[in-house]
Amino acid sequence: MTKPDKSEAYWRENKKYLAILLSIWFVVSFGCGILFKDLLNRYSLGGFKLGFWFAQQGSIYVFVVLIFVYVWLMNRLDKKYGYNE
Amino acid sequence: MSVQLWTWILVGITFALYFGIAIWARAGSTKEFYVAGGGVSPLANGMATAADWMSAASFISMAGIISFAGYDGSVYLMGWTGGYVLLALLLAPYLRKFGKFTVPDFIGDRYYSNTARTVAVICALIVSFTYVAGQMRGVGIVFSQFLQVEITTGVIIGMAVVLVFAFLGGMKGITYTQVAQYCVLIFAFMVPAIFISIQMTGNIIPQIGMGSRVEDGTFLLEKLDNLHTQLGFKEYTEGTKSTWDVFAITLALMAGTAGLPHVIVRFFTVPNVKDARKSAGLALLLIAILYTTAPAVSVFARTNLIETVSDQEYTSLPEWFKNWENMGLIAWSDKNEDGKIQYVNGDATTGKPEFTEARGASGERLIANASTETNELYVDRDIMVLANPEIAQLPSWVIALVAAGGLAAALSTAAGLLLVISTSVSHDLIKKQLKPNISEKGELLAARLSILVAIIVAGLFGIYPPGFVAAVVALAFGLAAASFFPAIVLGIFDKRMNKQGAISGMIVGTVLMLFYMIRFKTGLIGVLEPLPASEWWFGTSPEGFGTFAMLINVVISITISRLTPAPPKDVQEIVERIRIPSGAGEAQHH
Repeated sequence: MTKPDKSEAYWRENKKYLAILLSIWFVVSFGCGILFKDLLNRYSLGGFKLGFWFAQQGSIYVFVVLIFVYVWLMNRLDKKYGYNE
Repeated sequence: MSVQLWTWILVGITFALYFGIAIWARAGSTKEFYVAGGGVSPLANGMATAADWMSAASFISMAGIISFAGYDGSVYLMGWTGGYVLLALLLAPYLRKFGKFTVPDFIGDRYYSNTARTVAVICALIVSFTYVAGQMRGVGIVFSQFLQVEITTGVIIGMAVVLVFAFLGGMKGITYTQVAQYCVLIFAFMVPAIFISIQMTGNIIPQIGMGSRVEDGTFLLEKLDNLHTQLGFKEYTEGTKSTWDVFAITLALMAGTAGLPHVIVRFFTVPNVKDARKSAGLALLLIAILYTTAPAVSVFARTNLIETVSDQEYTSLPEWFKNWENMGLIAWSDKNEDGKIQYVNGDATTGKPEFTEARGASGERLIANASTETNELYVDRDIMVLANPEIAQLPSWVIALVAAGGLAAALSTAAGLLLVISTSVSHDLIKKQLKPNISEKGELLAARLSILVAIIVAGLFGIYPPGFVAAVVALAFGLAAASFFPAIVLGIFDKRMNKQGAISGMIVGTVLMLFYMIRFKTGLIGVLEPLPASEWWFGTSPEGFGTFAMLINVVISITISRLTPAPPKDVQEIVERIRIPSGAGEAQHH
């Protein structure tokens, strides 16, 4: 691959990862914690109503996991394209 | 030992530690002063970012606010953590690769314009000053409540301490002190939370305790919901805000968090792009420890408060109730003259309680502005964290620990903000615009002098808090969301974005946000009183308006950029360069 092709392919894959990860980010917080809270509140997780749990606990746990998954994916991508130092 | 003695000992030890670190980590160059030499490890940077981020508001006020807001309080929990996902995925790695010192640096270079740089500097200064005023006030309050010194003296002590480690060490001193401050504040937050969780639910982990059963076999949250219903409050796990408003506030807080200059600048301090990503993850992990514990503390404190005071004789109440009443943070007016506390939904007083000198029939402090509603009890939200250990009858060293933790939270955030202010002045204004050929030594001196001035101004704000401080904290986030966040994200992800688009977007977003805030939070435009909620545009509260202003910014930026010429070739090359992670080490030297 020529240099511009390589960087463009890298950027495309990066954007694909971002789209997937940010969709999850949106679904757990704005989806489960806000828009569909009342629906999810019909179910429970231990002593929590499910929607309430997502809003005050679950979404935060998912956020942490998302960033570490991103770190792992990007390190792998950097290696694939030889951008790792 | 008494609580006060314990407090002096713990505060003394932690302050000595901060001083020691400040002397050890003196800065010798502007690079050390601005970005700690760019060689901070991801873990240390993660801890420093977490301490920088978690302010007096996170430590003292947040759990209290959630305690009274129930589900509505989720906006802070999701907003102030979800922003890190945006920061880690959309900003931090690219800004690190760009490799300069400040946010205005990026805006100025990417949009090849000193106008853009100046707009960014002004936004950075407004955001940071708004924020730092609250911190100095927080320091004063902790001192006055735990150590019985005047608020003014407390603020001056706080100023002196920040001055030492910020003035000597710059970013380097601040970073390593913040690492220590993170340890102090997280320990101080977790210990009482764990104690109370064990007491109430038998579970050592507060996050699980919150969803566990209490002694009588019901779930804690179910019990709290029932207590709320009995007293006429909305159920704790349901909210009173509209779904759209919760959505808007959460998004504004997230984008604002990712756009706050004192948070972004932390990612300039790590050695390379890979470390910037990892560091953002570690920062959020360390922040999440407090942010997932806080809602548990809120539930424990709320249940404890209701059970301790509701329908009890005033004369039989524990000591802490009277102590906080003497400080003016609790007020009770015996409206039906039965000697018992009626705590139900509604405002007990009109505004903050105004105490008269007299005492009532049960020995309570009389208030002049009791309302006509049935509720008899006023409780200041801030005391929920501060008084929680006392309410739960924990040992005195735990109570003292809360004071040391509150101070660590306030001082670490204040230091980070003061550095942004001084950098904006010495680097973005003096070095980049007014006096480009200033020597390294001269710039370092200018940085130190501007930090000195910034501390004095911040201290004055803390001693004489302007009435608008409380109203403008939301403004800091709204402004960051409406100005920086779109300009930076578009600067990275939209190669076609040019200076005309970005500058008009930032100006319109900022002005719109300021206008809405002033119109609905103060009475300065049009009418004398702040306008009521029924006048809100699309039912959006001023706290959530940042989302709206941000969208307008994006639409205007994109439209105008497409109608004006594309950015020059060398700027497009900058964009291509920051998208590729390798080579960040060299980029630092410019």
